[in-house]
Amino acid sequence: MTDQTIGHVNDHDDSHADHGPPKGLMRWVLTTNHKDIGSMYMWFSFAMFLLGGAMAMVIRAELFQPGLQLVQPEFFNQMTTMHGLIMVFGAVMPAFVGLANWMIPMMIGAPDMALPRMNNWSFWILPFAFALLVSTLFMEGGGPNFGWTFYAPLSTDYAPPSTTFFIFAVHMMGVSSIMGAINVIATILNLRAPGMTLMKMPLFVWTWLITAYLLIAVMPVLAGVVTMMLMDIHFGTAFFNAGGGGDPVLFQHVFWFFGHPEVYIMILPAFGVVSQIIPAFSRKPLFGYTSMVYAVASIAFLSFIVWAHHMFTVGIPLVGEVFFMYATMLIAVPTGVKVFNWVATMFRGALTFETPMLFAVAFVVLFTIGGFSGLMLSIAPADFQYHDTYFVVAHFHYVLVPGAIFAIFAGVYYWLPKWTGHMYDAGLSKVHFWMSFIGMNLTFFPMHFVGLAGMPRRIPDYALQFADFNMIASIGGFMFGVTQLLFLFIVIKCVKGGPKAEAKPWEGAHGLEWMVPSPAPYHTFTTPPDVK
Amino acid sequence: MQLNPAHKTIIKATATAVAMFAFVFWVMVPLYNVLCQVTGLNGKTDPNPYKTVPAAVDTSRTITVQFLATNNKGMNWDFKPSVHQVKVHPGEVGSLNFYVRNPSGKNMVGQAIPSVTPFEATDYLHKTECFCFTSQPLEGHEEKDMPLKIIVDQDLPKHINKLTLSYTLFDITEMNNKRTAAR
Amino acid sequence: MRLQARKLLTLMAGLLASPALWAEWAVNMPEGVTDLSRSIYDLHMTIFWICVVIGIVVFGVMFWSVIFHRKSRGAKASEFHESTLVEILWTSIPFAILVVMAIPATKTLIEVYDTKEADIDIKVTGYQWKWQYEYLGEDVSFFSNLTTPREEINNQRPKNKDYLLEVDEPLVVPIGKKIRFLVTGADVIHSWWVPELAVKKDAIPGFINESWAKINEPGIYRGQCAELCGKDHGFMPIVVDARPMDEYQKWLDEKRAEAAKVRELTQKDWTMDELMEKGEQVYTKLCAACHQPNGMGLPPMFPALKDAPIAVERSQIGKHIDVLLYGVKGTAMQAFKEQLNEVDMAAVITYERNAWGNNTGEVVTPKDILEYKKNGAYTGKYVEAK
Repeated sequence: MTDQTIGHVNDHDDSHADHGPPKGLMRWVLTTNHKDIGSMYMWFSFAMFLLGGAMAMVIRAELFQPGLQLVQPEFFNQMTTMHGLIMVFGAVMPAFVGLANWMIPMMIGAPDMALPRMNNWSFWILPFAFALLVSTLFMEGGGPNFGWTFYAPLSTDYAPPSTTFFIFAVHMMGVSSIMGAINVIATILNLRAPGMTLMKMPLFVWTWLITAYLLIAVMPVLAGVVTMMLMDIHFGTAFFNAGGGGDPVLFQHVFWFFGHPEVYIMILPAFGVVSQIIPAFSRKPLFGYTSMVYAVASIAFLSFIVWAHHMFTVGIPLVGEVFFMYATMLIAVPTGVKVFNWVATMFRGALTFETPMLFAVAFVVLFTIGGFSGLMLSIAPADFQYHDTYFVVAHFHYVLVPGAIFAIFAGVYYWLPKWTGHMYDAGLSKVHFWMSFIGMNLTFFPMHFVGLAGMPRRIPDYALQFADFNMIASIGGFMFGVTQLLFLFIVIKCVKGGPKAEAKPWEGAHGLEWMVPSPAPYHTFTTPPDVK
Repeated sequence: MQLNPAHKTIIKATATAVAMFAFVFWVMVPLYNVLCQVTGLNGKTDPNPYKTVPAAVDTSRTITVQFLATNNKGMNWDFKPSVHQVKVHPGEVGSLNFYVRNPSGKNMVGQAIPSVTPFEATDYLHKTECFCFTSQPLEGHEEKDMPLKIIVDQDLPKHINKLTLSYTLFDITEMNNKRTAAR
Repeated sequence: MRLQARKLLTLMAGLLASPALWAEWAVNMPEGVTDLSRSIYDLHMTIFWICVVIGIVVFGVMFWSVIFHRKSRGAKASEFHESTLVEILWTSIPFAILVVMAIPATKTLIEVYDTKEADIDIKVTGYQWKWQYEYLGEDVSFFSNLTTPREEINNQRPKNKDYLLEVDEPLVVPIGKKIRFLVTGADVIHSWWVPELAVKKDAIPGFINESWAKINEPGIYRGQCAELCGKDHGFMPIVVDARPMDEYQKWLDEKRAEAAKVRELTQKDWTMDELMEKGEQVYTKLCAACHQPNGMGLPPMFPALKDAPIAVERSQIGKHIDVLLYGVKGTAMQAFKEQLNEVDMAAVITYERNAWGNNTGEVVTPKDILEYKKNGAYTGKYVEAK
C-alpha cells in the first residue's frame, strides 16, 4: 500500500533532479532519500497510531460499564501497557522523526540529511522492533503487563517470560532513536545553507535540535535501565531487588530520569510545528522568536531536574520533595512564555482558519489545559491525592493527544500539499478536526472528574460512582477512534489526486520549503539557496 | 586525516550517547547508593557493623525503638522479634533476638533487609551486631535466635523519640544459584 | 442475534437509568475527614481557581483575536513581533504567582511529613492482592480481602452500592487520635490510598514508609490500591472504619477474644460436614479467583484442582498442606500461613479434596495442620481416612 500511495510523489518529479528513484519495493528498502524515509516514518507512525488506538478501544470498551465484560484483568493490563508503549515509541516519536526528515533539510536549505545511509537503518529497525514487541502478546504468559513505566519488581521478578523480548524491542527502539537524533544534529549543525545562521532557523528546526540532544542524553538511560532489568532477570544481579541489596526505588529514579525528558521529546517538536503554523495563518511574524528559543532550551534543561515529581508518594525525604516540587513548578514559567508568545502572535493579526490553523489553535488551548493540570500535579501535597488516579491520565492525555498528536495533524495538513502536490479535501479535513476535537474532549475531560473523585488508573473495573463519566469517556473514545479512519481517507485521497497545489499554498507562510515546487522534487537544494 | 565537520559532530554525539549509557551503570547507581547512605533515603542503614565510640549515655532522653518483621513473598520461614519494642537511652546498647525457623525440608538462604523510619533518623540508629550484615543459611527444619544489638546516637534530633526498624526477610537461595551460574 | 438485541436493550436501559441508579456524579476531590485532608483540599481549590483565572485571561485575549482579528472581517496584520518589556512581564508575573502558591504548599507538605508523637501505630503490608494490618503492641493482626462476589463482577447479579469497595475485615481505628501508618510491601509495589484521609503511600518491598492521619468524624472511608501491582490491582480495596475511642477499645478486645476462640477450636474434633461447609466459604473468598469456583482453574497460570493429583492422591496430603501453608515459588500461588488459621486451612483442604467430584472422603483436621507446621510432615494420625 505504502508503495502505491506514496509512489505518486515522484510521478511529478521535477526536471532539475538528476535521476528519479528506482521503482518497486527495493526503492523503499534501500532508499537513502530523506523524503522517502520521512514518508515511511509517517506511514509507520500512522499504522502504529491505529494499532495503539485499537488497544485504547479495547480499554474503553471494557471500561464502558462497571463489571468485567470483554477482557480479563491480565489482558487488560497488557492492553494498557502496549497502548502506552506503542503510542509513545511507535506513534508520536516516529511521526516527529518523519516530519524532521521531510522538513528539516528543506527548511535549512540542505540537499538531504547528513547521514542518508544511517537514516535508512534507523527507520528499518523500527518495524522489526515493533513486530517483536507485538509478538510478545502471543507468547506464553502474555505480553508485558506492568504498565508502560514497567516498575520493578513487577517487571522483573513478577513479570511474564516474554519480558526478555520486550527488553530487546526497547533496545532496538532506543538505537533507532539515537541514530535518528545523531542524524538530525549532524544535519542541522553542518548542512545549513550559507546565511542560515542558527538564530535564523525556523523554530521547528530549533525545537528538533534541542529534542535531538535530549534523545541522545536519555535514550541511553532507558537502554541502561532495561539492561539492568535483563541482568536482574537472567544473571542474578540485584539492581532492583531489595533482597539482594538492590532497591526497587532506584528503578523509578533511573526510569524517570529518562522518562521526564522523554515527555518533552514528545512535545518540543510539537511546539515547533505550532510555531510555524500560527504565524503563517496570522500573517504576522512569530512573536518573541528569541524568547521562544530560550524557553525551549530552559524547558529541556529543567526536564533533567524534575524527575522525582513522578514519585512524590514513594517516600522521598522532605527536602527532596520540596526541591522537586519547586523545580517542577518552575517549568510553568518557560511554558507560559511560549503560550503567551503564540497568543501575542495571533493578536492583531489577520487570521484565517484553514485546517492546520484549527489544529494549532486547539493545540494552544488544550495543551494549556493540560499544563494547568500539570501545575496542579506539581504541588506535592495535592499530588498525594492526584497521584496514580485518572486525574493523571487526563493530564497526560491532554498534553499528548491535543498536544503532540494535534500538532502532528496540524503539521501534516500544513505540509501535505508540499509532499503530494495536491490540495486535500478542505471540507473533510475540517470534519476530521471537529470530530477529533469533540471526541477527544469527551474522552479525556471526564477523566479529571473521576480521578479527583478517587478512581485509580490502570484498573479494569471500577466502583459504581465512576460509571457515568466512564461511559461518556468511552463514547468519546470511540468517536475519536473512528474519526482517525477519516484522516486516513483524506490523506490517501490527497495522495491520489486533487487540485494542484502551488509552491506556496498558504498565503502567509514563510520559509525555504515553500520556495521549491509542489510536490517537492525528489532532490531539493542540490545547490544551496541564498538566505538573506 | 582531516575529519569533515559532520563527522566530528557524529563522533561527539555518539560519544555522548555511549557516555550516558555508562553513566547509568557507573555513576547513577553508585551515586544513588551514596545518597541513600548519606541522607537515609529509603531508610537504608549502614550495611556494616557500627564501631562503638565510647560516649556518655544520655539518660535525659528515652527513645522507643520498634521492631517489625515482614516475610517477602516466597519466604516461608517463621520470622519474628522477641520483643516488639525496646526503650533505650541514647548511647545505651539495646539488644534482642529475632527468631527464625526454616519449616521446609530444604536448605535455604535468607537475607534480612533493614529499613528505618523516619528517614532522618536513619543515620542515628547504629547496629553493632546484626543478622542483616550477612545472609543467613538455614538447613531444613533448623531454627535459630539471631541477635541484634543497637545503639541510638546521642545526636538524634531532639524532636524524634520513636524509631521504627523494619526487617524484610527475602529468600535468596535461587538468586545465589543464578549468580553462581552466571559466573 | 436475539441475545445481541437484548444486550443492547439492557445497555440502553442502563444508559437512561444510570444517573438515577448511581446517583452520585462526583466531580471533585473529597474534602475528607482530617485537618490535613481539608488543607490539601483547600490547596487544590486555590490552585484550581488560580488556573481558571489565568485561563480566562489568556484564552480571553486569544479568542478576542480569533473573533475580531479575522481576515474575513478585514483585519490587517500588524508587524510587531518583539517586546522585551512584555517578555519580562510575562516571565516575572507567573513566577510571582508560583511563589505565592509554593508557600501554602510547602507548609502543608511539612505537616504531611510530621509523623511524630503518634498515639497508635499500624503496620500496613501490601500483598498481591490484599492488605494486612498489624496493630503494633496490641497483638492484633489480620488480612483484609475484597468481598464483592464473583457474580457481581461478572455481571451475573446486580451490583451492590459498595461494589469493589467492600472487604471482609475493615481497618478499625479510633477518631481523634494520631494514627501512624507504617507501610510496606511483601511482593511488588502497592500504594495504600484512602482519599478521605488524604493518605497515599507506596508500599515497597524491603522498605518501610510512614504516613499519618487524625480522623475527626466517625464513619466508613473507602480507598483502593493506587499502584499497578499485577492482575488484581483493581480488586484490593481499603476500608477504614473510624469509631469513637471506647468502641475501638471494645473492638480490640473482641478481636483478641476471637483469636483465643480460634485456638480453642483448633483442638476441637471436626466432622467432615462442618469442615466442608467452612471450607467452601474460605475457598470462595480466597481461592476461587484463580482456581475458579468449579475447581477448573485457568491453566496454565492457575492450575485446576479438580482431579489434580495433589488434591486426590492420599500420598500427596502432605504436599497439599505444604503448598497452602507456604505457597509455590515462582508461581502465583502464595503462602497462606499468615492469613489463615489452622481451622480454615483444614477446612479448605478438606473441601478441595471432596468437592467437584474429588470424592476422596479424606478429612484433614486442624490438628494435622498444627502438626505439619511443627514437624513438616503429615502422618494422618488424627483421622482415619475412610
